[in-house]
Amino acid sequence: MNSQPTFAHALLNPELPCPSGFKTWNGSDPAQRFAVYRNNVMVSLIDALADSYPVVQALVGEEFFRAMARVFAMAHPPRSPVMAYYGHDFAEFVQTFPPVATVPYLADVARLEMARVWSYHAADVPPLALEAVQAALADPAQLIRLQLTLHPSVHVIPSTFAVFALWAAHQGETDMATVDPDQPQTALVFRHALEVNTLELSSGVAQFVSALQAEKTLPEAASAALELAPEFDLTQALTLLLRWQLITHLTTGDPHDDPTH
Amino acid sequence: MSHPIPTTPPAAPAPTLPARAGVGLKPEHFQTILQTRPDIGFFEIHAENYMVPGGPFHHYLTRIREHYALSVHGVGLSIGADAPLDMNHLNALQRLLDKYQPQSFSEHLAWSTHNDVFLNDLLPAPYTPATLQRVCEHIDQTQTHLKRRMLLENPATYVEFAESTMDEASFISEVLRRTGCGLLLDVNNVHVSCTNHGRDAQAYIRALPLAQVAEIHLAGFAQATDTNGDPLLIDSHGAPVAQAVWDLYAHTLALTGPVATLLERDNDIPPWPVLLAEAQMADRQLLALTHPEEALA
Repeated sequence: MNSQPTFAHALLNPELPCPSGFKTWNGSDPAQRFAVYRNNVMVSLIDALADSYPVVQALVGEEFFRAMARVFAMAHPPRSPVMAYYGHDFAEFVQTFPPVATVPYLADVARLEMARVWSYHAADVPPLALEAVQAALADPAQLIRLQLTLHPSVHVIPSTFAVFALWAAHQGETDMATVDPDQPQTALVFRHALEVNTLELSSGVAQFVSALQAEKTLPEAASAALELAPEFDLTQALTLLLRWQLITHLTTGDPHDDPTH
Repeated sequence: MSHPIPTTPPAAPAPTLPARAGVGLKPEHFQTILQTRPDIGFFEIHAENYMVPGGPFHHYLTRIREHYALSVHGVGLSIGADAPLDMNHLNALQRLLDKYQPQSFSEHLAWSTHNDVFLNDLLPAPYTPATLQRVCEHIDQTQTHLKRRMLLENPATYVEFAESTMDEASFISEVLRRTGCGLLLDVNNVHVSCTNHGRDAQAYIRALPLAQVAEIHLAGFAQATDTNGDPLLIDSHGAPVAQAVWDLYAHTLALTGPVATLLERDNDIPPWPVLLAEAQMADRQLLALTHPEEALA
């Protein structure tokens, strides 16, 4: 007897025997044929992870990566037919996977790479005109309660490791030998003109951007940034957001007094 | 066994793909296609790849759609599954079809989900009355929900089920008769499955309701051997179309007349000119049927 539960279970568990109930035209072994399905599933899942995590793969080597991805895929098969985000929880797995305990920064690099995937496919929202932002900033009455909404492709990836430098060293920009992995860094990921960009943020700007994403007002976000990093420069932070057209919406906290509407 | 006339009459005269060669649309080729505007009959996308909120996939597909006919080909609906269809997935398909208004929507005679796990492969089902009933219900539901006729693709399989009581061509014929859906005849899958199960590919094709063929797929396969040393072909979509499949395609076209034909390539994707040249080989065969004088010139 064969059933889909048995078939599915055996697909993901190679130690299980081939399900019964198959026949072959020439009497050849059905188990070898069933193994084609097993292989198709596993290779497709490992390939999907390799597509999303090229730097993680480069850091540990292809052979090791594929073995690690296989362990992940067996324990975490996809839950959606939308494969673009498959392995979005790979970083949490990597974090606790004993064989990579000696590469403690690997999980954060995985987080950065997944953020790039989210960013690539994030919703399209037009940026706010520069003049609208400038007008709100120039009006003290508005400024005090001003909230900035950032583009949905924006992700902040904080790390106690040099997550940006580790990633950048695999883009042909810098030499891996010059990277000190133990230097804390925060990366900013966003999409601009159809390209996903990755930049390093100072701790103050990172705090500022994260606070805006947490729906803090502009003054609150600036205070939080200054508290963490006394050298924080609000003008520089705003220039960064405006240069990359990452502000999509303004509110002043009062739904009846929305300067962008 | 009697069955009422299909309960889902296709709405309005359905748009159709041109009887030309088309190519699977890949992100690596987005810009080349827009810059060079190749003379191609249509493009085909995998529906699930475009179930993302925004970004380059939608940007380029929107622009390519302005110039080309489109086929939306699903790989995740799991029509052959024991379990009910995933309504979230059907709704996502509906949104995609509304957005891009494709000339064709197709899915597979296969299953790919179990509970909430998506297995990312097209898995085989036994050809029994129970499977027939379920597949027809799922196709009825899909056509009703999407308010359009769908095409069903014949599978590439590596095992057969002892419990099957119908052969595959009879099973597919009965599904088409009951549901009114069309046939996406994957000629590579016919070659792969018939080789893997010791059947005559030409006889298989003749046993299908060929008047319902609305699209043909061509692809490449990988070759292994089974434990008896007989060939075991694997539907890899990672190689050029084999000569045996081109021959079977010519045989098929002689029976069906010209039909929209997709060159499927999902792995080891070559540069655009290589895919275009392969599509042009199919186009020449189609042209020979419609305009024999030009094809000879």
